[in-house]
Amino acid sequence: MRTVFKTSYDADINLFKHSAQRNWYILLLAFALALPFLISSFAIGEATNLLIWAIACMGLMILVGQTGQASLGHAAFLAVGCYANVLLQERLGLPFILSFPLAGLIAGVAGALIAMPMTKLHGVYLAIGTIAIAILTDDFIVIATPLTNGVMGLFAPDISIFGYGFNRYGNPVGLYYLILGITLLVVLGYRNLQRSPLGRSFAAIRDSEISAQAMGVNVARTKAVAFGISAGVTGLAGALMGHFAGIFNNETFNIILSIQLLLAIVIGGLGTIHGAFFGAAVIALLPQTIAMGRDFLNKFMASGSIAIPGLEAAIFGGILIAFILFEPQGIYGRWFKIRTWFELFPFYRRDMFRRQKSYLKTERMR
Amino acid sequence: MDVLQLIVSGLANGCVYGLVAMGFVLIYKATEAVNFAQGDFMMLGAFICLGLTNPQFMGLPFWVSVPIAIGIMGAFGYALDLVVLRRMFGQSQVAIIILTIALGFVLRFVAGLIWGHEPISLASPIAGRDVRFLGVVLGLDEMMVIAVTVVLTVVLYFYFNRTKLGVAMQASSQNQLAAYYMGIPVKRIHSLIWALAGMVAAVAGILFASKGSIDPSIGLLGIKAFAAAVIGGFGSLPGALLGGIIVGLIEPFSGRYMPSGYSQIMPYLLLFIILVFRPHGILAQVHQKKV
Repeated sequence: MRTVFKTSYDADINLFKHSAQRNWYILLLAFALALPFLISSFAIGEATNLLIWAIACMGLMILVGQTGQASLGHAAFLAVGCYANVLLQERLGLPFILSFPLAGLIAGVAGALIAMPMTKLHGVYLAIGTIAIAILTDDFIVIATPLTNGVMGLFAPDISIFGYGFNRYGNPVGLYYLILGITLLVVLGYRNLQRSPLGRSFAAIRDSEISAQAMGVNVARTKAVAFGISAGVTGLAGALMGHFAGIFNNETFNIILSIQLLLAIVIGGLGTIHGAFFGAAVIALLPQTIAMGRDFLNKFMASGSIAIPGLEAAIFGGILIAFILFEPQGIYGRWFKIRTWFELFPFYRRDMFRRQKSYLKTERMR
Repeated sequence: MDVLQLIVSGLANGCVYGLVAMGFVLIYKATEAVNFAQGDFMMLGAFICLGLTNPQFMGLPFWVSVPIAIGIMGAFGYALDLVVLRRMFGQSQVAIIILTIALGFVLRFVAGLIWGHEPISLASPIAGRDVRFLGVVLGLDEMMVIAVTVVLTVVLYFYFNRTKLGVAMQASSQNQLAAYYMGIPVKRIHSLIWALAGMVAAVAGILFASKGSIDPSIGLLGIKAFAAAVIGGFGSLPGALLGGIIVGLIEPFSGRYMPSGYSQIMPYLLLFIILVFRPHGILAQVHQKKV
């Protein structure tokens, strides 16, 4: 356990708390850079998928974890980003390097516009409003068939930057490095957002809307901005998802995807960047793990391949229920406790992270 | 005369939505939790009744299996609150929303495991029979759905206003702390509310199953019922029923008079408009928030 002696105001908002922490992250970065030399190209594809999910999770985390607004409709912004990126490339002939940020911008503007009437809503009403957005998006893609090709779907072209091509199958390592770079930029942006006045006003709204208002935060505008930034980052992830999947249609971005995204960040740990990555790891690697577990079982039982529909969603749901009941702070919270146990050994106490008993705080307007 | 038929079938659908929405509102009013698995409760209730009735499973007579199914769902709701949701006391609303969504996934999986994912129809004595009324042909099942909903609404009305337990439920939903002081066992009341919501969901499920075939994914109908609850006003039982009927009536009419593709988005479009202009529903029960 290292106690930081703060000698300047900047110590509160520095990128890293102390040099040891910085060194650990540099080590992690070196590991991420060396990963293609350590694992097979199939596993690199999975790692790329994980990073794309992590960007999407960070996008939602800005809204749910930082600002405290639940959204069950973020698949809509994934869809906006994905379609905008491909349509800008195909219809207007823009290169990826322009269409990608523009896709994020379009998704962000869409998010902020949608948020404006919804900033009045709280808790449940916001959740149901965002569900409505997710369902409407599915139908709007079908209605706008001349543009989006409806249920037939669209093909995403290969990413090409200055003549250098990135393809999931032809050049998996290149795609991995490209997406790793984008992920790093998003993480840096997220960290800087947390340290800025805007990020602090997000946290103020999350913790108490009324006190934030009393401190001079413009609640409605800040919520709309949070929605916009969150939708923008999610849109970037959507654009990458489109390129990674290769083909997509209206059902790629359905309501279940929105719900999964929200569940992922809760499992990971709300309010932290680590949580976004942990949640992304769970959501990206779970199908593979289940498939491997099934193969493992088949070896012993020799029952042939058993396919149980809905198993994945049910296991996911089971994990989630267990986390909400026993570790509401998610994987990151558990990791933090284990780390503290080692740091303080032998002085860790069981109730150290126990919150004071809270009574039902009404969110209902009465 | 097909307008009348559209109205009746819309009303019948709307009554099912309304009953599911009532389950939402019951739980929300009493415990401030939002049960996103209410649609899956309905699915489970329908499948339990089907499992008891249909000849390929248990083969009990329909009128015997209906009360058993309602009873099982009531016990399920009670046990769920006792085992899971009581631990969530005091946590944020969003945590409970996420928990119930996850619960819905699990319930859908379990139902699929037991009864399969193929659509099955309930061997109900009221399915597929017609009634001739003023020269129009109406389904007996649809008339039955409307009648049962009306009866159930009246029963619930008298339950909440005339019985001791109903008044205690109202009291604990209005002010938990004051209810504690008055000697009302609030925890048990919460469990009983979940049981009641489970029973209402079972009724809705049985009614839905007698109108057509069911499969485990009908639980997603809960989202539409949720829209209905918000349209009507989330804090009021009559509002939930009203919202359900509005959604139920919009569907067949927009399906008939609007181009396909636009018709299924109408309920959500209406929901969106309501949320923007009247965020607490048509029959709102909202006053100023105190800090």
